[in-house]
Amino acid sequence: MIIGTAKETYRADAALLTTRPQQTWTGVLALVLIALPFTLNDYWLYLVCLMTINAVAATGLNILTGFTGLVSLGQAAFMAVGAYTVAWMERDLGTPFPVNLVAGGLVAAGIGIVVGIPSLRVKGLYLAIATIAASFILHFLFVHWEAVTGGNTGINVAPARILGTELVSYFGLYWIIMPITVLMVLGAANLFRTRIGRAFIAIRDRDISAEVLGIPLLRYKLMSFAIASFYAGVAGGLWAYFFRVITPDSFPFMASVFLLAAIIVGGMGTIIGALLGAAFMTLVPELLRFVMDWASPWLPNATVLLSPVRTIVFGLLIIGFLVFEPQGLAEIIQRVRRFFRLWPFRT
Amino acid sequence: MSDWLFFIEVSLAGLGSGALLALAALAFVLIYKATQVVNLAVGELLMLGGYLFFAFAAGWGLPAWAAVPLAVIGGGLVGAVVERGIIRPMLGESAISVFMVTVGLGSVLIGLVELIWTADPRTLPAFISTKPLFLGEAYVSRKIAVAFAVAAVVIGIFLLLFRFWRGGVALRATATDQAAAYSCGINVPGVFSIAWIVGCATAAGAGILLGAIGGISPTMGVFGLSALVVVIVGGLDSILGALVGGLALGLIQSWTGTYLGGEYTNVVTFGILIVALMIRPYGLFGTHEIERL
Repeated sequence: MIIGTAKETYRADAALLTTRPQQTWTGVLALVLIALPFTLNDYWLYLVCLMTINAVAATGLNILTGFTGLVSLGQAAFMAVGAYTVAWMERDLGTPFPVNLVAGGLVAAGIGIVVGIPSLRVKGLYLAIATIAASFILHFLFVHWEAVTGGNTGINVAPARILGTELVSYFGLYWIIMPITVLMVLGAANLFRTRIGRAFIAIRDRDISAEVLGIPLLRYKLMSFAIASFYAGVAGGLWAYFFRVITPDSFPFMASVFLLAAIIVGGMGTIIGALLGAAFMTLVPELLRFVMDWASPWLPNATVLLSPVRTIVFGLLIIGFLVFEPQGLAEIIQRVRRFFRLWPFRT
Repeated sequence: MSDWLFFIEVSLAGLGSGALLALAALAFVLIYKATQVVNLAVGELLMLGGYLFFAFAAGWGLPAWAAVPLAVIGGGLVGAVVERGIIRPMLGESAISVFMVTVGLGSVLIGLVELIWTADPRTLPAFISTKPLFLGEAYVSRKIAVAFAVAAVVIGIFLLLFRFWRGGVALRATATDQAAAYSCGINVPGVFSIAWIVGCATAAGAGILLGAIGGISPTMGVFGLSALVVVIVGGLDSILGALVGGLALGLIQSWTGTYLGGEYTNVVTFGILIVALMIRPYGLFGTHEIERL
């Protein structure tokens, strides 16, 4: 049992990993992440890549919604902006993929700032609805700006290249997707050790108080939108390289709801929450498929039922977590940690 | 001259769909006014109303005069269950959490409808005659005219009820100040239940009318997003706003759909929403909330 961790310096207090078990487990996680592609088959590797891409987008949304308190239902539209930017640059400019990814993030961030402008005047639900509107307007652009987006047929994306080798297999893609995800998540975790991140949290807790304390609301709210959209843009760029084709319907409105659901299920306002939520919400539909496959001898039309059952379970997860576990999976992890830390005593 | 006539016909059709928008918006406003919950599942409740009518009228073979009330009552029952089951436990949580609960509810409803009736679009059995109606020289589809009349009557009844009925006054009192309403002896949880039941029943009724005009499918809940635009533009807590906003948006959608092309309706709708949010964030007729520390 750990009774407490005495910190002697501010630096130690603000460190990301404060206890020995935390450091050990993070090391184990890093090893697992390296070992994963060598042990998994293609199907599971595909899922892991999808999970990590969703994790980047969810982390961005968590910065905006979980840490700054600005609800957005447009995250998937920003992903689409990033994906289209990457696809367009790959097709018309032929620049290398790291440049494309950064550009995708930056363009998405620019659009995010524009969409965030109403956030000064409206907040809460009104803002959420403004982002819904923005995502529908963006969708219209994707369909009708055919010179850039290719209209309804979309764009085929050439595979990413490193030193002349094309990354087409999931194994190869894993090695660009995973490091970028780790970098982005570390960036988010470190953001909240800086002045900017703490300003975000102050705005979330009470924006008027934050303004009284000398935090310029407009600048920080727009910054939060920009950072969140940058994450979405990079995630969208990775998505474009992963699926290699993008159409206006690749990122439907439901994808935004999915990302918001992911951070609710995972736990808003925690870094690990976005990761857990993205992983969980990506896995559940696949698990349901196994369940339906397993049930198919008894249910003759199990494959037909799969899609509605997924929709129902998706909704039930959102409702269930909000009603019974509003802090999300992150809180469950905390409870488990507390159990082991206090063992043999009980909380 | 015929251009002018065509314009009038388009406008009349717009007013008809605008009345439906106003009716759906009314369901939003009722629930928001009483419980401060933005119910994004209104579109799905609309869809459920259409499917309930389909089940009663086509599945059981009931005549329309029996199936319509049954579907409306069914919508009200769903509202009661939802309020007691998942909205009541969320009392005191942040508005965004409750909003997300209704998003989840919408997803569950879509899944249930697909599970029971499959995802294929259906047409409702005809219960409004298709004989065309002429206002002067202008042609109006009878279904749209009936929808307009029903919506007008229902909204009129609601306006009167809010003004004169005890329950309506209780609802307005709850909307103004919950604690004060409690201390005056108003049964606030009861008001919540009533608001949800009436709101969902209204949505179900609007769903039947909408389904009669355009058929029903699990995706028809998208209509709820247009109704959402109406309430934001009109003001979340204003019945008058829902009425004016609904008719105006119906007209605008009809005009853009005819003169610019159908794909522009969504953009124009949401463009209006963004402009309205920038200029009057609390809607044309909504109350401006003042925040204090």
